[in-house]
Amino acid sequence: MIFLKLFLVFSYIGLFNFGGGYAMLSFIQQEVVQKEGWLTESEFTDIVAISQSTPGPIGINCATYTGYTAVVNDGYPWWMGILGSILTSISVLWLPFIVMIWVSKLLLHYKDHLVTQSIFRVLRPAIIGLLASAALSLMNTENFGVPLQNPVQFSISIVIFAVVFSGMYMRKLNIIYTTFSCGLLGILLYGVLGL
Amino acid sequence: MNKELFLTFLKIGGFTLGGGAAMVPMMEKEIVLKHQWLSKEEFLDIYAVSQATPGIFAVDMASHIGYKIGGVKSGIIAALGVVVPSIVIILAIAIVFSQFKDNPWVEAFFKGVRPAVVALLAVPIFSMARSARITWANCWIPIASTLLIWLCGVSPAWIILIAGLGGFLYGLYLNKKQ
Repeated sequence: MIFLKLFLVFSYIGLFNFGGGYAMLSFIQQEVVQKEGWLTESEFTDIVAISQSTPGPIGINCATYTGYTAVVNDGYPWWMGILGSILTSISVLWLPFIVMIWVSKLLLHYKDHLVTQSIFRVLRPAIIGLLASAALSLMNTENFGVPLQNPVQFSISIVIFAVVFSGMYMRKLNIIYTTFSCGLLGILLYGVLGL
Repeated sequence: MNKELFLTFLKIGGFTLGGGAAMVPMMEKEIVLKHQWLSKEEFLDIYAVSQATPGIFAVDMASHIGYKIGGVKSGIIAALGVVVPSIVIILAIAIVFSQFKDNPWVEAFFKGVRPAVVALLAVPIFSMARSARITWANCWIPIASTLLIWLCGVSPAWIILIAGLGGFLYGLYLNKKQ
């Protein structure tokens, strides 16, 4: 029963999602790609690309897209996919909403307390590990090509990665322009030139 | 009032690119300056709490602002406002894209995009490391959590729970020492 499973998995992802959309990706990757196999690694990467380039919170974009794709990949028609995407978007929201109503007053009261600050002093560095593990897991052959089988694609991928990383790190590139430029480069190299 | 709240958050959700953090200036402009539903201090409190509670940051902000203005119902309405544009846009893309997934040109496009996405995910690691004040004394925390998730397949939820509990106990210890 994919709908029940989607509800449970995305409720769980919502409840433990600290540290923004990027930290959420490590949950989606582990639960949705690796454990349940609802998406392939490259589908997941494409979803991240699309989520980053469209308006709205990345976490919601990602949940919506995953819900649709998972249901359709499971053999249901497209309109069931719409239900799936609405289900995942709501699943990811409802528990944090309840937590917010219960906890907000308490948190405001204790926000300068030594213990509260200490919790976040440990939590923030740990969340960086969530981001790093998501990025590391995506450095795979589905996204970069197999080095020995397809050395041309692999080399191109490494160059794209290095250029985008250093460009983004040193001066803030526009994410949408960057994504589209790399896509057009892909069309030129793999489509037109047939590399 | 709820209708206006919904439309305001619909606008915020539909026109900001770059995720939740990019929405904060627009939320402040709409909520504090234009509609004056909340004071600047209330807004900053909500900002702090939303960062500290689970969930998607922009939605936490929206639901919290709505809740503060008009209770649970307004909270739900504001949250819906901020997510509806995302859901509609992404669904349209997903439906169209699934028809063209096996098209060689689309595949060529994404072959170029995928390594860039990984690079775009790697950059925030370093900018977040700066704002989380990583030093030689605490750099083992991100390293250990990366290795546990990436190599050992530990669920990120355990990392969050253990880090939260560890920070709590350490805080109690510091408190006692004081």
